[in-house]
Amino acid sequence: MLLTSSLAACGGETTDSAGTAAAGPGSAGGPVTVFAAASLTESFTTLGKQFESAHPGSTVTFNFGGSSALATQINEGAPADVFASAAPKNMQAVTDAGTPTTFVRNQLVIAVGKGNPQGVTGLTDLTKPDLKVALCADAVPCGAATKTATTAAGVTITPVTLEQDVKAALAKVKLGEVDAALVYRTDAKASAADIDAIEFPESATAMNDYPIAVLKTARNPAGGQAFVDYVLSAEGTKVLIEAGFQAP
Amino acid sequence: MSNGRRGVPLALLLPAGLGLAFLVLPLIGLLARTPWSSLFDRLAEPEVMTALRLSLVTATIATGVCLLLGVPLAWLLARVEFPGRRVVRALVTVPLVLPPVVGGIALLLALGRRGLIGEWLDSTFGITLPFTTAGVVIAEAFVALPFLVISVEGALRGADTRYEEAAATLGAAPWTRFTHVTLPLVAPGIAAGAVLCWARALGEFGATITFAGNYPGITQTMPLAVYQTMESGDLEGAVVLSLILLIVSVTILATLRDRWLTSA
Repeated sequence: MLLTSSLAACGGETTDSAGTAAAGPGSAGGPVTVFAAASLTESFTTLGKQFESAHPGSTVTFNFGGSSALATQINEGAPADVFASAAPKNMQAVTDAGTPTTFVRNQLVIAVGKGNPQGVTGLTDLTKPDLKVALCADAVPCGAATKTATTAAGVTITPVTLEQDVKAALAKVKLGEVDAALVYRTDAKASAADIDAIEFPESATAMNDYPIAVLKTARNPAGGQAFVDYVLSAEGTKVLIEAGFQAP
Repeated sequence: MSNGRRGVPLALLLPAGLGLAFLVLPLIGLLARTPWSSLFDRLAEPEVMTALRLSLVTATIATGVCLLLGVPLAWLLARVEFPGRRVVRALVTVPLVLPPVVGGIALLLALGRRGLIGEWLDSTFGITLPFTTAGVVIAEAFVALPFLVISVEGALRGADTRYEEAAATLGAAPWTRFTHVTLPLVAPGIAAGAVLCWARALGEFGATITFAGNYPGITQTMPLAVYQTMESGDLEGAVVLSLILLIVSVTILATLRDRWLTSA
């Protein structure tokens, strides 16, 4: 099973037309390449494995990263079948995106060290001058959400670093180099062994919608559509909700 | 020049030409996509100037640190027989093969707030290095130091030791021999190493963003500014910033070469 799937992947890499032809139109087999936001890493890895067992002969390859960078890569010709973005803005930036569907929503929490040593209770605590805070850069979706939430709360946080994706911000908390970071609830949940998450009311004003779409330039459009359908299915939704996402 | 074209085999010329094209082609790609009209507007933006200034200052300080630590280290490796010299030489080259991000993580685990030495620095002196300009210098010096050590060690090995021996027979003390004979002898090698070291520090990205973080005015150097602009989906802006960094570094390197490295 493993051998055949890896062989299929190899065939798809070298001669993509052969890969899609072997799968046949509508059969949804063959290699599927999914570009997905960093915050989807855990849930999509699980979904990819489930999809592969549900569709024998198919293999899913992921490229996880900041949504804006992924959008740029796709526009510069990176071979992707499906794009799942952490914000509609980055989906709109992709010129060859098909019709996107919002599949989940995500919300910010404050990530702090295990046991919350600084006793952080809300956004206002992050303005304390002796507290080191990591935020996402404004340009990436978690940074945009941060800006909305802090504006709603009427607080100004001075971070020590502006990270390029939510995983990098979380890593600085895990390492103990910062005292707190604003991250997605899903990322906090995936790292619950290392950090504590503090919910705050203003995060409700900064819900992030996640759109997913098959790209017009997809090498394997049938396989891509099958993967999107799987994400939107009851099984897919179950995995995403368990990861801490909310239904749209 | 006097050899003319007769001495050049085609079997060497062809791969050499391809090699050059391989190195130059990406730069042409960058130039082809440059929106020249916005180049000067970008250069006038305060954030760009801040990042450029920070890059130049930190790379220069990092080169100074490397000279201070690297020249003695190179001398030790070239002139002194000691047990474990091979191991030390291998250790010196580790940052060359280490992915810079790994270097950044290693620096965090050693000098970070919870790091091996960093925790002691924080509790004793209240010094934390990550997220500071000093952290940028440390990250740059870490990746650039091997370039200096290797160049200077090579120069020392190539230098004629008879001058040092003559100075010794004339009664010069070891320190005088080093400063008055050895150093002037290998000065071109040190200058070449310093230039390489500076260029590497200027281009440093992975260790900087991992260890020092990214904050405008404090830790955001030009490579980080390029990355952030690219991440925000502004490809055109990233191209312009890349070109500014390229022009500035090539100009400085060319000037240095004419002034100091004509013999090299």
